[in-house]
Amino acid sequence: MSAFVAIVKRDLTLALRRKNEVITSVFFFVVVAALFPLGIGPEMNTLRLVAPGILWVGALLASMLSLGRMFASDYADGSLEQMALSPNSLSLLVAAKILAHWLLSGLPLVLLAPILGLQFDLSTDALWILTLSLLLGTPVLSLIGAVGAALTLGVRGGDVLLSLLVLPLYVPALVFGAGAVQAEISGLGASAHLSVLAALVLVAAVFSPWASAASLRIALES
Amino acid sequence: MIQKLFFYASPQNFYPLAGRLWPVFACLATALSVWGLWLGMFVAPTDFQQGEGYRIIFVHVPVSWMSMVIYLAMAFWALLGLTFNTRLSGMMTKALAPTGAICAFLSLWTGALWGKPMWGTWWVWDARLTSELILFFLYLGHIALTSAIDDPRRADKAGGILALVGALNVPVIYFSVKWWNTLHQGASVSLTKGSSMAQVMLEAMLIMGIAFWMYAVALALYRVRSIILIRERHTQWVADLPEVKAQMMKISAGGAKA
Amino acid sequence: MFSVSNLSCTRGDKHLFAGVSFTLAPGQWLHLEGDNGVGKTSLIRILCGLSALEQGEITWKNQSVAQKPDAFRQELVYLGHQLALKEDLTPLENLSVNAAMVGQLLNLSVAMAVLAKLGLRGREHLPVRVLSQGQKRRAALARLLSSRAKLWILDEPFVALDLAAQQVLTGVLNAHLHNQGMVLLTSHQAVALEGVGLSYRLTS
Repeated sequence: MSAFVAIVKRDLTLALRRKNEVITSVFFFVVVAALFPLGIGPEMNTLRLVAPGILWVGALLASMLSLGRMFASDYADGSLEQMALSPNSLSLLVAAKILAHWLLSGLPLVLLAPILGLQFDLSTDALWILTLSLLLGTPVLSLIGAVGAALTLGVRGGDVLLSLLVLPLYVPALVFGAGAVQAEISGLGASAHLSVLAALVLVAAVFSPWASAASLRIALES
Repeated sequence: MIQKLFFYASPQNFYPLAGRLWPVFACLATALSVWGLWLGMFVAPTDFQQGEGYRIIFVHVPVSWMSMVIYLAMAFWALLGLTFNTRLSGMMTKALAPTGAICAFLSLWTGALWGKPMWGTWWVWDARLTSELILFFLYLGHIALTSAIDDPRRADKAGGILALVGALNVPVIYFSVKWWNTLHQGASVSLTKGSSMAQVMLEAMLIMGIAFWMYAVALALYRVRSIILIRERHTQWVADLPEVKAQMMKISAGGAKA
Repeated sequence: MFSVSNLSCTRGDKHLFAGVSFTLAPGQWLHLEGDNGVGKTSLIRILCGLSALEQGEITWKNQSVAQKPDAFRQELVYLGHQLALKEDLTPLENLSVNAAMVGQLLNLSVAMAVLAKLGLRGREHLPVRVLSQGQKRRAALARLLSSRAKLWILDEPFVALDLAAQQVLTGVLNAHLHNQGMVLLTSHQAVALEGVGLSYRLTS
């Protein structure tokens, strides 16, 4: 357990000393949320309709941008090798890294979303569901993204390849996340969507560290 | 039986087996396609609602089925490869991927070609077509990943994990897209709603389905032979193959002339 | 007891080595020699379990490493070419994280003593990126001093160390051998350690 906590603390400390990881995600999210109205038009009725999708896609892309960095630095300086040689299970250490990644790249988006949602004139209930859906959905994105990041470690064209690999797998989270907000807006209630999201988080939390660890070992073999 | 399987797990032994088998599958594919197309184009009646244009389903549906079957086959080989650490599994996955991608691509195109005369749009965001699009991206991702990794063993293993993760996700993706589609009340493509399938239409689709399956197997076996030759090019048994020797003679003769 | 038999390695098209076998007992050290490119680093990575075992067997205390990897890793410390230090953390922080990763709780005074022994007194609280190359290598060695592992596998440990640091490292290795530890190292220099020394020359 202390290894898990140590890795989370370490990754948080490193990111906060550099700061650009948090800022990049947040900045991208804000920019996307601002660009879409400029592209679509200022009609509030239209914007209110498309807001859940735009905000969710923005958060998804922002989260995806930072995936490449999850293992890259540790791979480059040899820390990843040491983790693979640790008597602690690599899945545990990877889970710690995924948690740290979410705290740095996912959680800020969750906190920012209600503010951006105001720009689209979403009701308080809708904003609440938006936040909740992102709170459940962004961990899924970090978890699934970790497998992609591990598979493409050190590979040419890594970032673009990572996006291609990971986007199809992101679809369920996107559908149920944005769908939750839309269901709330249309009065149908978001509980079913949120339940599915919760189930996705649980399943991903169980499988992703293990699959990512296996992928990392494959990357370290060469 | 098990021993036989392990015997053929070696590329050296699988190579001649694949060489004997692929023509068989190719003949079956040809025969079945001719039969299926004849049934579909000439015997099946004109559809009450959709006229003659509907006949493209005799390609669209089988090719869609194949795109899913091939992905499952890839996942199966991936599981085998990761469990038993055999080289041939990775080669089979690599041989199957392009055919699967082409089937997915054809499925999307035939879907569009069907859609335009039927509903007036080239594309419709219905659950099945959208899932097919995502499956196409999964194939592209797999091909991109295995091509980008230089070390063939690492490429095989990484591709294997990706295929497995993808296969486990495909039902989730399909379910979520179906949910998304029903909520948004998009135009729905339904083959069975409205008109009950005439017996002969179903028969033609099934025969075309099997025809495409035979075709996919034939192509995979043919392709895996090339992959085996490339991967095992430094072994003695490859150098001893008559076709390789003939090629080497041609090259050295050409060099001597020049 | 670290025992290796019939290891082979192929890197892409190149067949690097085959039939590598040796045994290392407590208190013994092994100097892995060979020309550049012959596969010393590849062999070391196979021994650690980082690279896949194509052929042969590796046993630790008569148990196959492939079957019981965790028990092996508990007793192994590996120092490769890469430093495995986070540049934005201090040597002290790096040491604490590394210790936590192997399940150790590091006492602050013990950690400071380790870093002082390596000649990093006064630099324990500076980020690693401002240290010189030699100081960074010393900081990387801290992993050895704070470890309780029995088997040390080191890839070119003396590189970039000045004479004083080399003497410190030699002292550390000797102390480990005295404590019934084992050392396996590659080095282009001659290696003179106490205890029983074996030499294995890797040829293609």
